[in-house]
Amino acid sequence: MDFQVVVLAGGFSKDLVPLVSKEVPKALLPVANRPVLSYVLELLEQNNLKDLIVVVEGESAALLVGGWISSTYVDRLHVEVASVPEDIGTAGALQAIDHHLTASDILVVSGDLVCDVTPGAVAAAHRRHDAVVTAMLCSTPVSGPTESGSSGGKDKAKKPGRHNIIGLDPTKQFLLHVAAGVEVEKDVRVQKSILRGVGQMEIRADLMDAHMYAFKRSVLQEVLNRKETFQSLRRDVLPYLVRSQLRSELALNGVQAEENGNDKDASRNAKILLSQLVANASTPSFHELYALGPNGFAPSPGKTHKCCVYIASKSNYCVRLNSIQAFSDINRDVVGDASHLSGYSFSAQNNIIDPSAVLGSKTTVGPQCMLGEGSQMGDKCSVKKSVIGRHCRIGSNVKIVNSVVMNHVTIGDGCSIQGAVICSNVQLQERVVLKDCQVGAGFVVTAGSEHKGESLAKKEKQ
Amino acid sequence: MDARRVPRTVSDPKVRQVGFFTPGAPPDRSHSGPPHPASSSPPVADISPSGNSLSPVMIPPPRHLSAELPRGSHLPHAPLSPMRARDSIPVGSYNPSEFASPTASEFTEDALSPNWPVRRSNSGKFASSLPAGGFDMSSVKQNNFPASSLTTVSIVKMPPGITEKDGGAGVEVQKERNKVGSKPLKEKTTKAQRRALQEAQRAAKAAAKADGSETPAASSGVITSANANQLKASKASLQRKDSSPVAAPEKRSSDRAPDKDRKKDVPHPRMQFDDETRVEKAKKRSVVKQTEAKNRVELFRHLPQYEHGTRLADLESKLFQLDPVHPAVYKVGLRYLAGDISGGNARCIAMLQAFQESIKDYSTPPERALIRDLTTKINSYVSFMIECRPLSISMGNAIRFLKTRIAKLPLSLSESEAKAILLSDIDRFINEKIILADKVIVKHAVTKITDGDVLLTYGSSSAVELLLLHAHELGKKFRVVVVDSRPKLEGKLLLRRLVGKGISCTYTHINAVSYIMHEVTRVFLGASSVLSNGTVYSRVGTASVAMVAHQFRIPVLVCCEAYKFYERVQLDSICSNELGDPDAIAKIPGRNEINCLDDWPNSENLQLLNLIYDATPSDYVSMIITDYGMIPPTSVPVIVREYRREHLWT
Repeated sequence: MDFQVVVLAGGFSKDLVPLVSKEVPKALLPVANRPVLSYVLELLEQNNLKDLIVVVEGESAALLVGGWISSTYVDRLHVEVASVPEDIGTAGALQAIDHHLTASDILVVSGDLVCDVTPGAVAAAHRRHDAVVTAMLCSTPVSGPTESGSSGGKDKAKKPGRHNIIGLDPTKQFLLHVAAGVEVEKDVRVQKSILRGVGQMEIRADLMDAHMYAFKRSVLQEVLNRKETFQSLRRDVLPYLVRSQLRSELALNGVQAEENGNDKDASRNAKILLSQLVANASTPSFHELYALGPNGFAPSPGKTHKCCVYIASKSNYCVRLNSIQAFSDINRDVVGDASHLSGYSFSAQNNIIDPSAVLGSKTTVGPQCMLGEGSQMGDKCSVKKSVIGRHCRIGSNVKIVNSVVMNHVTIGDGCSIQGAVICSNVQLQERVVLKDCQVGAGFVVTAGSEHKGESLAKKEKQ
Repeated sequence: MDARRVPRTVSDPKVRQVGFFTPGAPPDRSHSGPPHPASSSPPVADISPSGNSLSPVMIPPPRHLSAELPRGSHLPHAPLSPMRARDSIPVGSYNPSEFASPTASEFTEDALSPNWPVRRSNSGKFASSLPAGGFDMSSVKQNNFPASSLTTVSIVKMPPGITEKDGGAGVEVQKERNKVGSKPLKEKTTKAQRRALQEAQRAAKAAAKADGSETPAASSGVITSANANQLKASKASLQRKDSSPVAAPEKRSSDRAPDKDRKKDVPHPRMQFDDETRVEKAKKRSVVKQTEAKNRVELFRHLPQYEHGTRLADLESKLFQLDPVHPAVYKVGLRYLAGDISGGNARCIAMLQAFQESIKDYSTPPERALIRDLTTKINSYVSFMIECRPLSISMGNAIRFLKTRIAKLPLSLSESEAKAILLSDIDRFINEKIILADKVIVKHAVTKITDGDVLLTYGSSSAVELLLLHAHELGKKFRVVVVDSRPKLEGKLLLRRLVGKGISCTYTHINAVSYIMHEVTRVFLGASSVLSNGTVYSRVGTASVAMVAHQFRIPVLVCCEAYKFYERVQLDSICSNELGDPDAIAKIPGRNEINCLDDWPNSENLQLLNLIYDATPSDYVSMIITDYGMIPPTSVPVIVREYRREHLWT
């Protein structure tokens, strides 16, 4: 379908320290014991998009990601991994792989997206309107555990009430205004010309940019080349395109072709007539009406371009893994509410226990749990709404609730873990009590210690 | 020759379709001759190459030549450029061939076109001297063109079993055919055969007269062989083998062609959507997952109606999973489904342009013939588009045109050449059938607008819009009443454009049409199609407008390009129509206080009917303005009959 897919897999995100480490870049963070990147790749694979470019920040991360992809998706996907310098931003990353982009439209997907919205829908909306950019919006997820009985996340979820402000036209097809929550201070400035052009604008604060964009390649490259200061697609490129949609400075393909391709007068007239005929018969968007001017026949029609949106329906699951909170939320959801994403088959108890896992006597694993292969659990343990990775050794009398335990973790007897994220190779000695903590890879928590809302990790210099 | 053509075509459409395998032969002979096409081979056997089309049951060479040239001979001049031809046309006159002939000439195979004028003059002579039309052309052709160019033509139409690439295989096959064919010949020494002989002699004479190079010898050979008994006939077949093996396949293809066409012509039985088993089957095939609407109006259950809400989303999500559909086609389908494009012309153009895109990107898979593979491709695109929205008649006609063009491609062409030919054919179709046709229509129609007129139009027709703008440019003083109707309110856009140009307009809804009709002096309407009984098939509401105008004794002029004409006859708007989204009439955007039908799907007692088209009986139409001139609705079948075969699609 002439779409090229670019997956922006990021690098070692600072937001996710201590979860990410030198060994585990953001893209490889396990979600239900699978790297988060696999969710995007499999979504694309399902949609028959098998030719991908994965952009990773940093050489070492690129090596790790590339190694994992080649081992997992050999013969299934054709993936090229490109490494770009760190802190270059999403726009910079795209510019870095500029020369690889050849298709007429580019689908840019964030590697940390866990969703079941088909990218085809975004691409179709893009194609239908001949837009320069189409963004996928989804409803903002309710952060923090929604279930009662868990106190986790209460204090963490108290984020400042910042919402993305998104303006839509009445048909909900075009993007009229975007402002990231961070930039909104007190007032929202809306462009007068756009408001006049469209007549009516719907301001929404309950939508989130899902970081799945379809760009027209020529436009994307032009913008990136011209505006070198642009760092981020979401913060710079998209707002720019939205702002300038009624006074476009872009040389769109179609216009150029029309100007160049005509030498004969007769054929030109016929072509104009033809395009007019088609244009008259199609429902005009406000862009066209605005371009034509108030009388319908402006002497020199202004150039416009269209910025479309695709709004995922509420029934779709769509979350980005961009914070620690999101990480535990997604882990919980993938084995719980959005279980269709995990790709595992659930047992009758609505949980996944690998056959090679060993459970002690009187140990219970509740619903919406996952126990990876080769993990051992002692007696009288209880696991609720948690994901436990591979080859973990868990002693007796351990309670694990609402937590994520990665691979090769050793947990001593009598530990109690609530709402925590425990990275690989961590050792919890006996009777450790953790609540809403993150434990970085390889950390050793001493016996009997209690932590609440802390982030435990080895020192950076190590 | 025209006299000969008339009886065939005057007979009712059914007869024409059934008995069409001998279009070139005079009617009396088609009765005497063997009725089934297979038996046309005996005559093939006994005549030698140059005169092979002399047999009574033989089918003449390609239709566009045979049918068009004789008529040309009756005309004083043959205009070569369509524009000039149109200029010379007196307004209101109906002079079909002048418009038609350039098109036909341009649509013939490129290999043949350079020699066109030559052939024309020759055939003109023949036409005057010979009563049995058509055959003379083939003989002339044979003289004029090298055999190699004909080989290519022949293979195109070969029956599927015979797929030879080189001439040798074709000869082999031909031999077999001849042997088979010569057997029945013994038994038959019928009137038909005697007639054939007679004609062969005539043709030989004529050919000798026309160009006395090598043909006389060949045609005399014909005569002798035809004269002789079966021994000689077999000899003749041998002779033919060495002399020009290519001629026979050519001929056979030409006699097969109408046969094929006939099959195509029989309109497909329309899918009846109240037939559950067939609907199930169709559903399995379909690309777009669609759920049938539950509450359908009794009379209209045979028409497809789907839950509109789900289809777009479903199709959208499948974008990357639909491998066989070309992106351009997909996009157009999507826009049909979403209702972004409407209007017969625009939909047709959009579709053709999408096909152009797909042909550009097309490459023949190995071991497949371009003609067949591309046809299946186009077929799959078409069925995809039908799923998005039922085809309009204009689109159906355009598709038929394209398929004929593909089928007629010579096999010898390389892929890029074939593609280039197809692309330019499509371009030409758009230009001549739509753009130029609109220009001619405007030119004709503008004479009907006088100063002080009040013109009423309904909905938004591209031809009418062009007409109004043109009349305005000419400085005519008139006023326009734009009548519109829910739910599409297409007239608003037209109104916007007209007012933008400075035309004084009145806008009203169809409810008020009887009131506004008092002041109107002419009604100009667009049409989706004109059927051969003169019925105008158009946007729903057109019929009421036409009826009201008729009641007020106001002339109703319908502007419709001739490519939208259709040979079907329809008496009502029920048996074939399109159902739109019922939600569109139940819900009024922006007025929540009157949207009391929000939960209508749950009510079994409520059925909503959103018809898209209606049929205006020809009684209410004063005149149809087409690119062939201004004609009364009763003359539509004439245009359909005369131009459909010869010009519209070839």
